[in-house]
Amino acid sequence: MNIENKIATRQSYGEALAELGKKNEDIVVLDADLSQATKTSIFAKNFPERFKDIGIAEQNMMGIAAGLAAYGKIPYASTFAVFAAGRAYDQIRNSICYPNLNVKICATHSGVTVGEDGATHQMLEDISLMRTLPNMTVISPSDDTQTKWVIEEISKIKGPVYVRLARAKTPIIYDKKQKFEIGKGIQIGEGTDATIIATGVTVSEALFAQEILEKKNIHVRVVDIHTIKPIDKELIIKCAKETKKIITVEDHSIIGGLGTSVCEVLSEEYPTKVIRMGINDTFGKSGKAEELLKYFKIDRNSIAEKLL
Amino acid sequence: MLSLDTHGGSLSCADILTVLYFNQMNIDPKKPNVKERDRFVLSKGHCAPALYGALAEKGYFKKELLNGFRTLEGAMQGHPDMTKVPGVDMSTGSLGQGLSTAVGMAIGSKLDSAGCRVYCLVGDGEIDEGQIWEAAMSASKYKLDNLCVILDHNGLQIDGTIEEVAGLVDIKQKFESFGFNVIETDGNDIEKLIYAFNSAKQTKGKPSIIIANTIKGKGVSFMENKVEWHGKAPNEEEYKMAINELKLKSFMD
Repeated sequence: MNIENKIATRQSYGEALAELGKKNEDIVVLDADLSQATKTSIFAKNFPERFKDIGIAEQNMMGIAAGLAAYGKIPYASTFAVFAAGRAYDQIRNSICYPNLNVKICATHSGVTVGEDGATHQMLEDISLMRTLPNMTVISPSDDTQTKWVIEEISKIKGPVYVRLARAKTPIIYDKKQKFEIGKGIQIGEGTDATIIATGVTVSEALFAQEILEKKNIHVRVVDIHTIKPIDKELIIKCAKETKKIITVEDHSIIGGLGTSVCEVLSEEYPTKVIRMGINDTFGKSGKAEELLKYFKIDRNSIAEKLL
Repeated sequence: MLSLDTHGGSLSCADILTVLYFNQMNIDPKKPNVKERDRFVLSKGHCAPALYGALAEKGYFKKELLNGFRTLEGAMQGHPDMTKVPGVDMSTGSLGQGLSTAVGMAIGSKLDSAGCRVYCLVGDGEIDEGQIWEAAMSASKYKLDNLCVILDHNGLQIDGTIEEVAGLVDIKQKFESFGFNVIETDGNDIEKLIYAFNSAKQTKGKPSIIIANTIKGKGVSFMENKVEWHGKAPNEEEYKMAINELKLKSFMD
């Protein structure tokens, strides 16, 4: 893990999108007056003809994306997660998922790590809302390397995809040789005392917790579930069988997100006690990203404490 | 038996669909998915019966399939589903959403210089939805002269007249101020509709909207301009009267 060069997954997204634009002329990018923040501005600068700023009209943006996909283009639609999955839920449901259209929704500013903007801008229910939609694939990448891979990879699969990105800078976890596959989680470490299952920004926190625990002679493994749907049942069941405890950590409500997804798998396939760490049925608040991780107890120390 | 649910609006827009599918659109029922085709979005998705009828008549599928409308066995869902019915260019049903998708299609065609025209039928009750006006703004911003919106202006929505229910007035001025070329015509007159569509086609640099003044329940004397026939199914006697007045062959025979 490279803690010197931190990068936000929204930045990785913007850079990957501009690269993808060179390779594939069918890529069209839409934004809702937030291109500086979502980083689609990089694509816009390189391909002004294929960038459409729809204005502060997220519902319309999702509909236009649906129409572009129905026509034969590959639209990437971006805004903050709360305005994508929340504001435009019905459009995503009826105009994109029901007709199974090839729209890539790349939502930045998910979770409490949005920081100072506070609760109205901190989306904590998007995994829950998006994974319940038929035809939808839900991906929550954890670092720069993985995000760059995801952004190109989803252009090759047909159908709607929701990618959950973050505002806050996080460490680079994977080197460029790392292999990824949609629907396949990544196990880091072989510890058998516990499995910490994380997604998005909490993966690096889980890895820091792993280091803290290692010093206390507690050996845990970390599982990066970048694809929430379809979820890697096989790996989750394997870890439940091989380790004594299962903990899930997410910058999302504990209702309907990663923790719930893991519980669904285990309760049906291999009943196991699961400790869910996340935002506990409440709204977020203003503060610095790092302060908020601590406040909501999804930071490295809080994770480690659960296992001490 | 053919269900005629949501027939009031279907009858008001039947003439519009007839002109589109048999006079205006560059389409081939044998190649329903070819990229270089004109497209039609039924934003007022509850008027699916009119669309299914037009598609069947055009030869996209056998007319017998219409009997499966709104049934568990049938492909014809209560609202259009593009994944199930050949010739349906967009799944619709949740009002206010179709126009944005039509804008997306028109932008796609412009990017490719493909020359496709996109038609989108919206209801006058439907334009209560804010998303319609967001889409109208985009259509104008991107100078979508390949987009032609048709407003089925029958003046009625479920709870009453469009003025009473949501306070909708000055429709023409509203679209003009949104940058549209506005054409008003009699939406139940085939020749006038053809003239309006041709005029829209010749307008460059801005989208067009045809405000088609129509009569809800057109052609069935006891349904015309009656709010209560928005979504009510006729009984057997009423059905026979309607079929007789419309000079159609009954599906009940």
